[in-house]
Amino acid sequence: MWKRIYALFVARNLEFFRDRSALAWSVLLPVLIIFVFAYAFTDDNPEKFKVAMTGSASKNAPLQEFKNTRFISFIEIEHIDENLRKVERHRIDMVFDPPTDRYWINETSPNGYIVEKLLIAAYVGSETQPRQNLVKGDEIRYIDWVIPGVIAMNIMWGALFGIGYVIVRYRKFGVLKRLRATPVTDAEFLSAQIFSRLWLLLVVNIAIFIGLDLFVDFRMDGSYFNLFLVFMLGCVNLICCGLVVAARISSEEVANGILNLFSWPMMFLSGIWFSLEGAHPWMQKFALLLPLTHVTDAAREIMIDGAGIVQISDHLLILGVSSVVLLLIGARIFQWE
Amino acid sequence: MSVILQVSNLVKRFGHLTAVNDVSFEIHEGSCFGLLGPNGAGKTTTIEMLEGIKTPDAGSILYQGEILGPDFRNEAGIMFQTTALQEFITVREIMLQFSRFYPDTYSIDELAERYQLHEFLHQDTRKLSGGQKQRLLLAMALINKPKVLFLDEPTTGLDPQSRRNLWKEVRAIKAQGATVLLTTHYMEEAYELCDEIAIMDHGRIIAHDAPDVLLAAHFNDVVVQLHEADMPRELGETEFQATYRNDSAHIVTGDVNQTIERLLAFDVPLNRLRIRARDLEDLFLELTGKELRA
Repeated sequence: MWKRIYALFVARNLEFFRDRSALAWSVLLPVLIIFVFAYAFTDDNPEKFKVAMTGSASKNAPLQEFKNTRFISFIEIEHIDENLRKVERHRIDMVFDPPTDRYWINETSPNGYIVEKLLIAAYVGSETQPRQNLVKGDEIRYIDWVIPGVIAMNIMWGALFGIGYVIVRYRKFGVLKRLRATPVTDAEFLSAQIFSRLWLLLVVNIAIFIGLDLFVDFRMDGSYFNLFLVFMLGCVNLICCGLVVAARISSEEVANGILNLFSWPMMFLSGIWFSLEGAHPWMQKFALLLPLTHVTDAAREIMIDGAGIVQISDHLLILGVSSVVLLLIGARIFQWE
Repeated sequence: MSVILQVSNLVKRFGHLTAVNDVSFEIHEGSCFGLLGPNGAGKTTTIEMLEGIKTPDAGSILYQGEILGPDFRNEAGIMFQTTALQEFITVREIMLQFSRFYPDTYSIDELAERYQLHEFLHQDTRKLSGGQKQRLLLAMALINKPKVLFLDEPTTGLDPQSRRNLWKEVRAIKAQGATVLLTTHYMEEAYELCDEIAIMDHGRIIAHDAPDVLLAAHFNDVVVQLHEADMPRELGETEFQATYRNDSAHIVTGDVNQTIERLLAFDVPLNRLRIRARDLEDLFLELTGKELRA
């Protein structure tokens, strides 16, 4: 059995590495995206300040004066605690709670310092004075935030189209029919395709990660092993998605349509490019159904927050269980012709 | 000779179309069995059920007395009518891949030598010519030293020289003791290679025996063949009951001398006259009322 799986594994790898145009795309596309974003967002509009404020703000004069300050974007919030995390990460310059006259800034944030001065200036002569609270934490730049998402996205394209499209093409042109006429079983064929795609995705994306590490300064606070585990489980999950799509279809056009139907919502709703915080609750709930959301979130928690295996265990569990379910469905409905 | 494949009451439907309708036959070990018929007769569907590629809707197929199982997969060699190979793979690599599927195989060099593939061993399979690809597909079908070899229209699209070369290979394979099941719509091919033939039309077997036995059973006459230009249709059809195919007039007769005398009487030029025995093409026409290659 292993000899047959190995034979198919080797043949598929040769096909992949010798298809130079496809290989180039799978490596160059994410690198290009990251470089574009690295340059586009490094100089992130320095004049714009962000202050998150609780909605129950009173109408007192100093507060109105502060709110009239130009170049400050005021974001209405309900809960203070979850926004303090953003102050830690420099995503927000200040959290202000007018009912208690307390505000939070990051002691290492220049923007926080300036906004604090503006707040205090607005309250000069007032009976009440805002009280300072400090939080600690390094700045998270957009490049730090986007890299886990872009790698996850590259895995998604490679997994869905890499396995889905290849199997459909094999079926359409009769390669599957020829293999079926040999002692190769369904399980052997599918295992070889999964192993081959998994190995190729890991090699390509590890190479991209190392390459980016050499040329782009980005944050990596967690364990490389945990990150590898997340990406590997993400690969398996998305490969199994591709397998389900390709299990019976023999038209490349239909497969293309269905794969796009899977991939584009994940592109925009899995938090690759922008956070879904503030989005409609149903959209946030829907995003949790998408495997790419869990890959991206878990990778970010590891890379940015240094999260350990316990903190990301919910993502791993969801990815693991859904992978098994998808694999069983894919294997059950798979047809050679 | 013992029966290696036994087919009983095989049925295959595609929607409302019954592609194979209650087909039964036996194939003897070491023989060459030919399935003949025009396109759409049900030959490929039948052979694909025997290969285990398609599942019959009814009926049974026994290989050496047992239903098709792992032994059959290991002992069967299959060459489809059309096969796409994996891309970006060389001839050697694809042969190596297939050799890893089986427990007992010929060496790649041995097969390459036998089928003149040496020059192309390191060539991408996409760059092979039709004849080269056909030889590679045959080598792949034989890599596992098969006991039974399925050849589905193996010479379709080949030039006459390549076709004759392939016939030579099939005879050699048969001489080594393998059983061959062949589908074709070339009558000459079937006559040259097959010990037994089954003629199919509309999913049914309409005649089944050794080619010479079938011909003897149906015909005791010969065909006088003339070029259509030498004998106009009006004359041929009214005076000689000739049929016209491929620019030729075919006169079926039990008395050649008398036919020639009558042709001379009508001043028909005989320079391009040919007398031939009745062949499988005639048999098919006789049985179905239509030409085999229609």
